[in-house]
Amino acid sequence: MIRLSIPLRQALARLSLPLMIAAAFGVMLLGKADALLAERLRSHLSDALSPIYAALAEPMGAVRAAVEEVQALARLREENASLREENERLRRWHSAALALESENDMLRRQLNFLPEAAPAFLTARVVADGGGTYARAVLLATGPQHSIRKGQVALDERGFVGRVTEVGSRSARVLLATDMNSRIPVTLESSRARAIMAGSNGARPRLSHWPEGVVPMEGERVVTNAEAGAFPAGLPVGIVRLSAQGAPEVELFARLDRLDAVRLFDYGLRGILPPESVARPEPRQGRR
Amino acid sequence: MATPPFRRPHHGRPAPAPGLLRRIDDFARLAFPGFSTGFLMVLAAAPISLPSPVFATALPCIFFWSVFRPAAMSPPVIFLLGLLLDLLTLAPLGAGVLVLLVVHGVVQRFRRFLARQSFLAVWLAFCAAAVGAAALFWALQALLALRLPPFAPALHAALLSAGLYPAIALLLTRVHEAMRQAETAP
Repeated sequence: MIRLSIPLRQALARLSLPLMIAAAFGVMLLGKADALLAERLRSHLSDALSPIYAALAEPMGAVRAAVEEVQALARLREENASLREENERLRRWHSAALALESENDMLRRQLNFLPEAAPAFLTARVVADGGGTYARAVLLATGPQHSIRKGQVALDERGFVGRVTEVGSRSARVLLATDMNSRIPVTLESSRARAIMAGSNGARPRLSHWPEGVVPMEGERVVTNAEAGAFPAGLPVGIVRLSAQGAPEVELFARLDRLDAVRLFDYGLRGILPPESVARPEPRQGRR
Repeated sequence: MATPPFRRPHHGRPAPAPGLLRRIDDFARLAFPGFSTGFLMVLAAAPISLPSPVFATALPCIFFWSVFRPAAMSPPVIFLLGLLLDLLTLAPLGAGVLVLLVVHGVVQRFRRFLARQSFLAVWLAFCAAAVGAAALFWALQALLALRLPPFAPALHAALLSAGLYPAIALLLTRVHEAMRQAETAP
């Protein structure tokens, strides 16, 4: 330590604060004059301090993990409550499903019900729409190795699309349900009434020929009908919508305006086929 | 501060390493406030997911040492700590320096009065000082950057430092007592 006389030391002590405040203003000016100075000093400082922070990283990580653990525990509580509630609801559904299943079994035993075999299907890509005889039809690319027959039912991933009307060696044409020439026997699901869904070249086919005393209800589900042996029963078709004039129409589940691939199902039905095919029915191969 | 260069041997025992240990001891006592404050600030600047509490930890330390041990918390030390504050907090260079020096100057003026008060009164005084310092810091940042920074962080810093003061003061009081005992002991 440098030995100084007491008055000098006192003077220095009294002067140091104003001196340092002046120095602070000097530093401010310096920082304004050289904007990069602070950046450079900061990077030097963080270089010097990085070992300390690196050493601290481990305990800090532990602290952070502990905090997150506590938060997770708090969340766990309400999650648990909601899961418990959901479990309760699912248990109710489960018991309902079990009851329905046993009821179904009982009814089948009484009816001597014959289960349907799973239908064979193949998937074909839609390559063109329109063209041909019909206004609403699509062309599918198929191969000679595929056994496609007239009258096969086309479905997309949502519901009924149409029927195969023409079969070439490498292509097949599907008449869509919206075409003017399409007549599909359907069942209105809630009233079990039969009706005919007739295409109109518009987006929504009309319903007609429903029995007296039954009115198609808005929002009612429409499925295919096995009448006349052209379709299997119960394929999903669409929902009843009333038009502005009050005429019942069907909003199809299938998205006919953006078909990219359809599945062709072979149900082995040959009820109503286009005329020339009735003349020479093809032998149907066994179900795959 | 004027310490005799040699420790007077008593009870006829030979003096061990005359002067050196005592000087190291004195120097350690003199340097402790500055270094501990700096270390705390560096710790507070560690990247954790909290609002940066550098300013809030620096202020209680400087206030405490300025009141109870002004010789160790001299303006040059405060200047360096302020520089550290500016560099750690991305504030414009010099703003933190000036704020800490002003706090120190104000505290110096009321030092004799504050040192005799109870802890609660000192804490209240510190709260006022913290609000004033945060406001000054904010104003300096606005002035030096020539745009208005958001006011909420300054308010948070003031509140946080007011809340941190009792914990820090408790620790520093212990240290201060220990130092005083060491100084009065022969």
